Amino acid sequence: MAFPHRLDAPELPDFSMLKRLARDQLIYLLEQLPGKKDLFIEADLMSPLDRIANVSILKQHEVDKLYKVENKPAVSSSEQLCFLVRPRIKNMRYVASLVNADKLAGRTRKYKVIFSPQKFHACEMVLEEEGVYGDVSCDEWAFSLLPLDVDLLSMELPEFFRDYFLEGDQRWINTVAQALHLLSTLYGPFPNCYGIGRCAKMSYELWRTLEEEEDGETKGRRPEIGHIFLLDRDVDFVTALCSQVVYEGLVDDTFRIKCGSVDFGPEVTSSDRSLKVLLNAEDKVFNEIRNEHFSNVFGFLSQKARNLQAQYDRRRGMDIKQMKNFVSQELKGLKQEHRLLSVHIGACESIMKKKTKQDFQELIKTEHALLEGFNIRESTSYIEEHIDRQVSPIESLRLMCLLSITENGLIPKDYRSLKTQYLQSYGPEHLLTFSNLRRAGLLTEQAPGDTLTAVESKVSKLVTDKAAGKITDAFSSLAKRSNFRAISKKLNLIPRVDGEYDLKVPRDMAYVFSGAYVPLSCRVIEQVLERRSWQGLDEVLRLLNCSELAFTDMTKEDKASSESLRLILVVFLGGCTFSEISALRFLGREKASMMLFCCPPVAS
Amino acid sequence: MNRTKGDEEEYWNSSKFKAFTFDDEDDELSQLKESKRAVNSLRDFVDDDDDDDLERVSWSGEPVGSISWSIKETAGNSGSNQEGREQLKSRNSFSSYAQLPKPTSTYSLSSFFRGRTRPGSFQSLSDALSDTPAKSYAPELGRPKGEYRDYSNDWSPSDTVRRLRKGKACSLERFRSLQDKLQLLEEAVSMHDGNVITAVLIFLKRTLSKEILFRELEVRQVALRHLIHFLKEIGDQKLLLDLFRFLDRTEELALSHYREHLNIQDPEKRKEFLKTCIGLPFSAEDSAHIQDHYTLLERQIIIEANDRHLESAGQTEIFRKHPRKASILNMPLVTTLFYSCFYHYTEAEGTFSSPVNLKKTFKIPDKQYVLTALAARAKLRAWHDVDALFTTKNWLGYTKKRAPIGFHRVVEILHKNSAPVQTCRDLKDRQQLLAYRSKVDKGSAEEEKIDAILNSSQIRWKN
Repeated sequence: MAFPHRLDAPELPDFSMLKRLARDQLIYLLEQLPGKKDLFIEADLMSPLDRIANVSILKQHEVDKLYKVENKPAVSSSEQLCFLVRPRIKNMRYVASLVNADKLAGRTRKYKVIFSPQKFHACEMVLEEEGVYGDVSCDEWAFSLLPLDVDLLSMELPEFFRDYFLEGDQRWINTVAQALHLLSTLYGPFPNCYGIGRCAKMSYELWRTLEEEEDGETKGRRPEIGHIFLLDRDVDFVTALCSQVVYEGLVDDTFRIKCGSVDFGPEVTSSDRSLKVLLNAEDKVFNEIRNEHFSNVFGFLSQKARNLQAQYDRRRGMDIKQMKNFVSQELKGLKQEHRLLSVHIGACESIMKKKTKQDFQELIKTEHALLEGFNIRESTSYIEEHIDRQVSPIESLRLMCLLSITENGLIPKDYRSLKTQYLQSYGPEHLLTFSNLRRAGLLTEQAPGDTLTAVESKVSKLVTDKAAGKITDAFSSLAKRSNFRAISKKLNLIPRVDGEYDLKVPRDMAYVFSGAYVPLSCRVIEQVLERRSWQGLDEVLRLLNCSELAFTDMTKEDKASSESLRLILVVFLGGCTFSEISALRFLGREKASMMLFCCPPVAS
Repeated sequence: MNRTKGDEEEYWNSSKFKAFTFDDEDDELSQLKESKRAVNSLRDFVDDDDDDDLERVSWSGEPVGSISWSIKETAGNSGSNQEGREQLKSRNSFSSYAQLPKPTSTYSLSSFFRGRTRPGSFQSLSDALSDTPAKSYAPELGRPKGEYRDYSNDWSPSDTVRRLRKGKACSLERFRSLQDKLQLLEEAVSMHDGNVITAVLIFLKRTLSKEILFRELEVRQVALRHLIHFLKEIGDQKLLLDLFRFLDRTEELALSHYREHLNIQDPEKRKEFLKTCIGLPFSAEDSAHIQDHYTLLERQIIIEANDRHLESAGQTEIFRKHPRKASILNMPLVTTLFYSCFYHYTEAEGTFSSPVNLKKTFKIPDKQYVLTALAARAKLRAWHDVDALFTTKNWLGYTKKRAPIGFHRVVEILHKNSAPVQTCRDLKDRQQLLAYRSKVDKGSAEEEKIDAILNSSQIRWKN
């Protein structure tokens, strides 16, 4: 296989500690409401909860019945109600309506709301406004880091991307800073910190503040992880918009990996039941193919299947004693492998079926053309046709965004016609979607640059200095160009290939996109780690609109072991894709180091 | 213990400890600081108002958070001072908090999470962490939260903001001058925590007239974005629209108003609402889209009423053979066109439900029209209609085969609906037939038939 495990790879920190911590905290919180109680759980907290606890643990702590938080009246007859929710306004209204309904009925119960990962003042305000503030007690379950795999942590903040990158709301920055703080208390301080992006910078600053407040906390600890890299998603939207072709990425694009597990439907299991499968390093078959380009996966699986067959066949010439040994020692392992193989073969088939149905080849071809910047007209009409045929609305948007970012915005004529057709195909209310994408800078119209600067300088003259700065800020965010072509050239993102790119023996990170493109985010990380600074990357930073937003911080203390210096934690603020994870795993292997990841779930 | 709040303030105001700041690094001083905090915390008995990273010591000298401490706390709570509470009630604070339930058990699990006070034998996580001194890993929930949160009037803006960040209640009432309020806001912004920025904004919103609030936020973009998001979240549409109006962000104003239609389920009401959106200050382009949205829904309501009637009457063949799967209300235009091509294909242009009428009203491009009509007619296996779609007469009356979409798409659609080979032959399209051949199974009857047709010398292929 292309990715043999390197013997000299550094040992990974024990992330399972985070799980135990979260579980202990939850138990502690449940015990704050002694006696039998019913627990209402928010739907999107269920999967994370499943990863760290189970019902019997809840039962042990006197949780009687479990309910999902839904927008309907509670049928619970318990005297104590506990709500495990995200800090969302609608949840507060829900709780308030339950409490107020009880009050009307003259019923008194105890209510407790546990916010995960933290409570917001706006939530308390709603409780106060609804007149239930004192009736409900509020607690926080600071469960912000969920280990999904040996090298992958997830922050599980589904709103992070939208709140920050669209609305400009910084309320999760504290959560991020707290999570980083927790990591440094558990695994020692990080001797080398790098970051790029506004959110990264703010998170870093707040994190530093927390560390200073609790000075001494991490002092004297030996660092376990040598480097940490914070990266804002908006530094590189392009990579997140490309179709994934490594196995894990394809599984995610096709079936959606949630919290490290996936639901394979009947079409995969070839039975009438769905199967929930945990996807991590413990699945030996998966672990060998997860980072592989899809074209290699079939060959690998069929080889595996043949080997398995051969091992089964061995039992033919066996005598009774050998057979007994075989059954007691090997059969179980073989059966397990058999089960895993059939699941992944089923998944592959299903992926193939879906992808051939939707002209995957043509889609990929269009994406590559957009990345390389040729045949723009052809790509545009491909997108148009995609829309006209009412193929997946998300896919159409994804392509339009990719076109927009790689081209610094759409030509006004194209923008208008694509938008009109989109609204006709998928519904007029998507007018709002377009407005959102424009605000997030994902889908824009080319604006004549000069006009903007002229307006800007005019306005600037009219207002005071301080305000002028702010206005320039506002304008520059509007005028923020993606400069993808120039960056791509500067960082050599489109590898020059003589002949075929051998996907079996990848040469660089571009293999995760069939050799056509090195993920921008990963390239930036690679360059900085090589230099141990941003030195010499000024031009790149300027093009990324991040001249003021890149930082490095190195501690002089030389306590870090060489082992720890080979461990790098990369934090994607706003989510990352499995393609990026695979690319960085590749980079880690090349450099005999190990990448760890930490990210809110993939945003799209 | 029964000292009233007023007394305490006086005590501390006259105390020499007052001179110490929170930043004192000196160990002895910080012990004094600790004592002060401990006293402060006594005023509201159990509120953990301060940094929990530093070990606190109560009057009796017990480490705060230890089991014995928590027993005492619970005992002390029963006789909480009435006077102080009354005093506070009149204060009407932003964060006027009612009393929270107190734990009935004094046995606190928090000891599990504390490095120092941990009983030696516990096999827990804290063992793994024993080299991190006195860090509380448990959320600070063990202690009931007292009602006297806003007792202290001397928090500086930065202390206040810090407390807010830790999720602690904190009165903002003392920030009365505009200057103080703005300083508090700037402090929050400079700390980057959006939750705190919003908390301050909630306070500003309550204590400033909206004109002043808007004016100040206009030059504070970060805070402004937080207010806008907050108003969206709590659904204060009125203030949001006022804000957009003030900022002269007419498009956002219009979009924000338009967004409300999503909450209206009743189609008639939704239609009426959309009508009110038409005059809003959208961009010229979006205005047209809004107009179209209104017209589309208006059409759909008419078609839906009519067809529902036809279907239930059971007299119309098409509805009997192909019962409708869903209502056409609120579907996209292309879906509506498909529906209309499916059920109302032959209707005269004058009727609202005819495809041609839809095409004209909404200026649907040829390409889109043909693609949709083809899909609908092929689904019904109305091959003559399919054929006719590609037939155009030129001015001399000659007929020609023409398609505004790629023939490979045509083939794909035909194949999906298992169009007979004949249709392709009728289309006299040799290329298409060849493409079709590649889609059928090898050695099938279809393939033979296609071969026969392709080899036929009687057909004059147009390509």
